[in-house]
Amino acid sequence: MDGHELLPNLFRTEYRKIIAVLCATFGIDHVEIAEDIVADTFLSATELWGTKGLPENPTAWLYTVAKNKTRNHLKRTSLFANTITPALRNDLPVSEEPSIDLTEERIRDSQLAMIFTVCDPRIPVEAQVALALNLLCGFGVQEVADAFLITREAAYKRLHRGKERLRSERIRIEQPEAHELDDRLPAVLTTLYLLFSEGYYSSSTNTILRKDLCGEAMRLAYLLVQNETTNLPVVNALLSLMCFHASRFDARFSANGDVVLYGDQDVGLWDMELVRMGEHFLNQASTGSNLSKYHLEAGIAYWHTHKDDTTEKWESILQLYNRLLQIEYSPVAALNRTYALAKANGYEQAIVEAEKLDLTANHLYHCLLGHLYVDIDRTMALHHFDIALSMTTSDMERQVIVQQMDAIVPTWNSPP
Amino acid sequence: MTINIIEDTTMNDFILLFRRDSVSRENQPSPEQMQSSIKPWQDWIGSIAAQNKLVSSGNRLHNEGKVVKSPTMVTNGPYVEIKESISGYIIVRTKDFDEAAELAKGCPILQDPWNGNVEVRMIVPMEPAN
Repeated sequence: MDGHELLPNLFRTEYRKIIAVLCATFGIDHVEIAEDIVADTFLSATELWGTKGLPENPTAWLYTVAKNKTRNHLKRTSLFANTITPALRNDLPVSEEPSIDLTEERIRDSQLAMIFTVCDPRIPVEAQVALALNLLCGFGVQEVADAFLITREAAYKRLHRGKERLRSERIRIEQPEAHELDDRLPAVLTTLYLLFSEGYYSSSTNTILRKDLCGEAMRLAYLLVQNETTNLPVVNALLSLMCFHASRFDARFSANGDVVLYGDQDVGLWDMELVRMGEHFLNQASTGSNLSKYHLEAGIAYWHTHKDDTTEKWESILQLYNRLLQIEYSPVAALNRTYALAKANGYEQAIVEAEKLDLTANHLYHCLLGHLYVDIDRTMALHHFDIALSMTTSDMERQVIVQQMDAIVPTWNSPP
Repeated sequence: MTINIIEDTTMNDFILLFRRDSVSRENQPSPEQMQSSIKPWQDWIGSIAAQNKLVSSGNRLHNEGKVVKSPTMVTNGPYVEIKESISGYIIVRTKDFDEAAELAKGCPILQDPWNGNVEVRMIVPMEPAN
C-alpha cells in the first residue's frame, strides 16, 4: 500500500480512535477542539509524508503528533489552567501534564463510552445516527450527507445541533454501570440498527458507501460484544442479525447494479463466513430469558440463509413474525409476515389476510398483493403492480416492480 | 406480556375471553391435540397483531383455581355453578364491537378440540388523571 492509499485508510481507522480518546479526556464540551486537533494532525501527515516519505510506523506517528498538538493547544489556551487542569487533577494527581493515553485498551474504552454518549436518549434519534457516523466512524460532513441522501448543509446542521445538544445537556463520556444498561442500551441498539439499515436498504447507488455503513454498524456492535459488561444476549442477537443480512450483500445486485430479488440470488455469492459468524453470535444470544425483537429478527434472518423452500423454513419464519408483531408492530413486519403465511399456509389464505391489513396507502402492500395474485389472478396481479408503480418514488423499486410485471406478461414493453 | 401503544382515540379496547368446558373428562384435549393447536393460536394472534389491533397477547389460565364466595367460604375450581370456565384472554383495539367480534370469529377456541366460545367485552376506559 503506498502513501496515496494509506492515508485515507488510516483516516478511516485512526481518526475516530483519536477523537474518542481526546473527547473522553477533555469532556464532550471540547469535541470541536478534539476534531480540530485530529484534522490538523492528518493535514500535517498529508504535507510531510508527501515530501519526506512515509514514517516507519505511520499510526504511531499520528498518535505522537496528535499528542504534541494537544499539548501545544493546552499550553496556548487558558482552557488548560481554568477548566481542564482542575478536572484532570482529580484523575491524575501526580502529573500536571494531561496524559493522552493512546493505548489499545484506552482507545477501546473511550470508543465504547462515546457510543453511549452519542446515543444518549436526550439526543434526537436522527442526530444520534449522524453523530455516530461522524464521531464514531470518522465520516466527514459530505459522507454523512451522502449516507442520508441529504444536502451538505442539512448534514452540517444536523451534526451541529447534535453537538450543541451534547454540550447543553452536559452528557458525560463514560461507560454506564451494569445496572444502568437496561435504560441505556436500547437507544444504542436502535442507533446501530438504524445505521445498518441505512446502509442495507438505502436507495443510494453508492455501493461502497452503503457497504461501509453496514461495516461500521457491525464494528460498533462488535465493540459492545467484546466488552464484558455489554456482551449481553440482546447485543449478540443484533450482531447476529447484521451478519446474516450482510452475508447477502453482494448477491443482491447484479454486475450492472440491478436489484436481484432473494429468490433469484446466486447462492455462490452469499458470504458463508458471515453466515457462520451470524450463527455463532445467535448461539451466544441464546442465553437468558429475554426474547428481544433482535432475537426474533435474527431468527428470521437465519432461516433466510437457507436457500431451499422447505415447510420447516417458512413455518419457522411465520411463527417468528407472529411473535415479532406481538412485541412491536410495523407495516413492513406485517407485510413480511403475510408473505411467510403464503409460503407456509398457501396463497389464497395469504390474500385474505393481506386484505385485512389496511395498508393500501403503502406501495409495498400493493407489491405484496401483486406477487400473491400472480398465479391466481393475473389481472389482479397487474392491477396491484400498477398501483405500486404509481406510488413508489425509488428507481430501484420501480425496476423491481417492472421485473415482476414483465414476468407475468412477456410483452409488457409493448402494451396495447 | 407486552402492551402495544396504539394511539387512536376513536378506538376502544375489548377483552376477548376464551371460555370452554374444563371439567368434563371427555372434553379435554389430548397432549397431541394440545401440541397441534399451538400453530392455529399463534397464526390467529399473529393475524390480529399484523392488523395492528393487538393491545396485549394476554395470558392462558391454568385449569385449577379457587372461588371465594365469602370470607368463610372458599371452594376449589374456577367455575361457579357451570362447567364452563375462562381459559385465557387477549386484549384487542378496534373501532366497535362488531369489528372485535369479527376478530373473535377466527379464534381457535371455537374449533375442535376446545369447542368453546369467546366472550367479547369492552374495557371501560380509565378517566384520564388530571
